[in-house]
Amino acid sequence: MNSAIQVIPLEWYILLSTVLFTIGVLGVLFRRNAIIIFMSIELMLNAVNLLLVAFSSFLSDSKGQVFVFFIMAVAAAEVAVGLAILMMVYRNTKSSDINVLNKLKW
Amino acid sequence: MKALVLLSSLGVISLLAELFSFKKLLYPIVLLGLIATFIFNIQDWNVANNTFYNMLQFDNYAIAFSSVIILVAFLWFLMAEGFFKEETNMTDHYSLVLFALVGAVILVSYTNMTMLFLGIEILSIPMYILVGSSKNDLSSNEASFKYLIMGAFATGFLLFGIALIYGATGSFDLATIKTGISVQGATPTIFYVGMLMMLVGLSFKVSAVPFHFWAPDVYEGAPTVITAFMATIVKLAAFAAFLRLFDVTFFRVSASWMNIVWVLAALTMLVGNITAVFQTRTKRMLAYSSVAHAGYMLMALLAMNMYSNSAILFYGLAYSIGSIATFTIVSIVAEARGDDGIHAFNGLGKSNPLLAVVMSIALLSLAGIPPTAGFFAKYVIFTSSFLAGNVFLVGAAILASLIGVYYYFRLIIAMYFKEGNSEKINVEMNHKLLLIVVAIAIIALGIFPDFVIRLI
Repeated sequence: MNSAIQVIPLEWYILLSTVLFTIGVLGVLFRRNAIIIFMSIELMLNAVNLLLVAFSSFLSDSKGQVFVFFIMAVAAAEVAVGLAILMMVYRNTKSSDINVLNKLKW
Repeated sequence: MKALVLLSSLGVISLLAELFSFKKLLYPIVLLGLIATFIFNIQDWNVANNTFYNMLQFDNYAIAFSSVIILVAFLWFLMAEGFFKEETNMTDHYSLVLFALVGAVILVSYTNMTMLFLGIEILSIPMYILVGSSKNDLSSNEASFKYLIMGAFATGFLLFGIALIYGATGSFDLATIKTGISVQGATPTIFYVGMLMMLVGLSFKVSAVPFHFWAPDVYEGAPTVITAFMATIVKLAAFAAFLRLFDVTFFRVSASWMNIVWVLAALTMLVGNITAVFQTRTKRMLAYSSVAHAGYMLMALLAMNMYSNSAILFYGLAYSIGSIATFTIVSIVAEARGDDGIHAFNGLGKSNPLLAVVMSIALLSLAGIPPTAGFFAKYVIFTSSFLAGNVFLVGAAILASLIGVYYYFRLIIAMYFKEGNSEKINVEMNHKLLLIVVAIAIIALGIFPDFVIRLI
């Protein structure tokens, strides 16, 4: 019996998550606002989650979905630390634009 | 396995110290705890392949690497006593470092992709915080922010790779993946894409060129003790993970990643060493030198013969104790002279002979001059690479080492042959002891390298 996820072929899931992942990568590389960079990283991780769930459903194997929980928990921890670091930067510079972070250069 | 339990409990104990006010005792407790961890860890040698439901495996490989990591961590704690003197965040610093060590031990013993991911994150998240631990220093803030963004970015690639490999093989277990993949052609394309993405993610973590650009900034901005931790323990653990994944699990498809790692290794050695020549600040110079050392270790990984494991273990140990010594001296000198430029070392040979002698020994070891540990480490790696037939890579490595000698000697010349500040720098007793022990260890490992090399 096919689950609802399997109505759409697997290739489309791979394509969708690759597109989402690429948008995330481009966001990290080209946006200058720290909050938006964090959002882009979340997008990358969620693209992975989508891919894992799709594979898990098509392989009829629950391990992939368990992995998604780990990713969610770790992503939450990472964002908590990230926002704390951003607060620290903001207190010293009064800005969330990453162009102010240019002290370290060769 | 015992190492994991003991290190985690030490971390929890350090958190409790704030609550039950035994903060003053915490430093000796942690040192004793690390010694106990080391002893319990080596008791598992040759005993059994303890597995945690096939998630972790404490074979001799894992025990050798985790023992080296615990040993280096012990030396690091001796070096970093000053870092734990601050009253406000002291217990947090202890527990963050200890939890990072837990992550490192997981990374050397994983047999499942889940544990690889968790190990990297348990190692990295405390490091993001520790890098930013001088809260009012803008360069520390910047370093911490850059490290977080780059770390999370690399994790994204690693995870996408894991997901694709899961899709291709239907498993996260390394042994299943290893038997699931066959020689080129029969395995689905997404497997190879996934493998490449994991390679990119891990290259970020070990700071291989061209994914190294975050490393110098982060190493320079972080407090010097944390830089020493990153350059030694984090790098060693990441390499152990890299080795287990590529040399063991992806062995059968090595034809598809060997050329890429070849280019990565050559670029890392050459770019790291050449850029280091142009640095004027010692901390940044050592950061580039640590990038370059990653290149030599990649070379051993590429050899994929019986010597690879022990070559990386020995190189990691030699490089780590050398780095502990150099970073200790750089932090002492930078604190006393208020500057970490190379000219701050002028005349150190006259004012502080001990610092200058140990610094010279450590730098000679990093440069690979006999009879220090660094020489034999390089020798083992070059031999294993030569036996594997990578002659041109060995040539590039020798060229890179020669460039390396130039900038290491620049520091030695500054210490002995240039007139400078002749004011004596006051060195604490425990730092003196640490430096003497490390200097002896560097020479002893250079004269009797067999013991470590024969381990695995």
